[in-house]
Amino acid sequence: MCGIVGLLVRNQKMRDSIGELMLPMLIGMTERGPDSAGLAIFGEPVNANERKFNFFAGTADFNWAQFAQDFDKQFSTKSSSAPKANHLVLTTTAAPDLVKAWVKQQYPQLHLLSVGRSMDIYKDVGTPAEVAARYDFKNFKGTHLVAHTRMATESAITPAHAHPFTAGEDWCLVHNGSLSNAHSLRRKLEHLGIEFETDNDTEAACRFLQWRMREGDDLETALNKGFEELDGFYTLLMGTSNQLALVRDPFGCKPAIIAEHPDYVAIASEFRSLAHLPDIKNAKVFEPSPKEMYVWKL
Amino acid sequence: METLNFDLDKKPLREVNQFLHGDAASLNGKSIVIENPNGAHNIAVGLKADVDVTIKGHAGYYAAGMNQLAKVTIEGSAGSGVAENMMSGVVHVKGFASNAAAATANGGLLIIDGDAGLRCAIALKGADVVVGGSVGSFSAFMAQAGNFVILGDAGEGLGDSIYEAKIFVRGTVKSLGADCEEKTTSAEDRKILADLLIKAGHSDVNPDSFQQYGSARTLYHFHVDNAGAY
Repeated sequence: MCGIVGLLVRNQKMRDSIGELMLPMLIGMTERGPDSAGLAIFGEPVNANERKFNFFAGTADFNWAQFAQDFDKQFSTKSSSAPKANHLVLTTTAAPDLVKAWVKQQYPQLHLLSVGRSMDIYKDVGTPAEVAARYDFKNFKGTHLVAHTRMATESAITPAHAHPFTAGEDWCLVHNGSLSNAHSLRRKLEHLGIEFETDNDTEAACRFLQWRMREGDDLETALNKGFEELDGFYTLLMGTSNQLALVRDPFGCKPAIIAEHPDYVAIASEFRSLAHLPDIKNAKVFEPSPKEMYVWKL
Repeated sequence: METLNFDLDKKPLREVNQFLHGDAASLNGKSIVIENPNGAHNIAVGLKADVDVTIKGHAGYYAAGMNQLAKVTIEGSAGSGVAENMMSGVVHVKGFASNAAAATANGGLLIIDGDAGLRCAIALKGADVVVGGSVGSFSAFMAQAGNFVILGDAGEGLGDSIYEAKIFVRGTVKSLGADCEEKTTSAEDRKILADLLIKAGHSDVNPDSFQQYGSARTLYHFHVDNAGAY
């Protein structure tokens, strides 16, 4: 079991309180996923020549100031950084490949969560309420988000195994379910030069879609190939800089429920997580059909 | 009729369910209203008194499961397994129902005004199910007894490996499961269908607009052609 949560805020006035709107949704999914939680939040993109790097340190007493200083010295730039406990968002004009190589060599203990212009990723072990408090999810501002509560069944409980997973810039995915052919999929993708960070089954789905899109498929084509290749149970929720997308496996083994309202689109594994949204009584609440793709654009 | 109100924002569901599991004689004929269900699981499960329960909103998983005698009305949608293993009584979902509605239900009537998800009436054992909308794939899988009326369409694999349950579909069927075939509706079956339509509030719907499906009974017995497999 796991819980998924998605929220896209259409009403511009409500975007400053997206964190507050989301929090009861995430906590509502605690019974489905009490061991870890994660969230990808999308907001105004940084300048086209900049990238946001999200790092996870594993311990809360990491010296982020020293890291930022070393970074600026190495790249002769003035980066801006926003540390929060064991998490840092660093915005810089330095080239991603060079940044990745330097961090890997100089700070091997850091885990790079994401690179992009509009997305930040937070994920950690603990109950959804604990993780949300650790990173102050409640005060997040933005346009849309994807979140997850995890009950691990396939692989270890670590921050790296928590969702969301990313595949390329400003693209992430959360998963409720389990894949039975994750290992064979992984072997196939590794032969094609795709690198994996964990043995998580969701990462296999994520890397598969990443590979298809790298080969030129759009999201819809990639997902249609996913229906053929992915064997198992899944509800997948994906976020990009300007949209959310949802699919359920052809057997509808894993749940999802959607509330469409003029002010927002909210998605969750169960209605429990939607019940407290404003004016939910007037939202169109429905269950997505299996093997169909649902997309909401900003 | 005496009406009692419970607000799940204020009272734990367990206490409400325990009240509903109290002495049947003192509950008989009472009317219970449950406010703010907010998708909670297991609302009004295991009732065994002739009591009227109204759930004012969306219910979570297994609402009115194992129902006996009670009439439970859900004024919103229902999560997975609504009225699962119902023995008698009536469960009425005014919105849509998720997967496995009326799974293994032995008796009673489940009315769903909207659509039902996948595996509706799976392993049905004698209850009646009337769906105002459409049903998802693999519905009536291994259904043994009872009547299953679908006013809309049915998904893939309808009635796979069905025993003696009767299925009536007004719309289209995407595909039939193994050993499920079209049937000619007898006068007796037409009466069953007509009565169920009236009970479910569809008296305006013509029973003759339905196609009946049931078991071809080819899976009932060992087929000698398969002997070589052993």
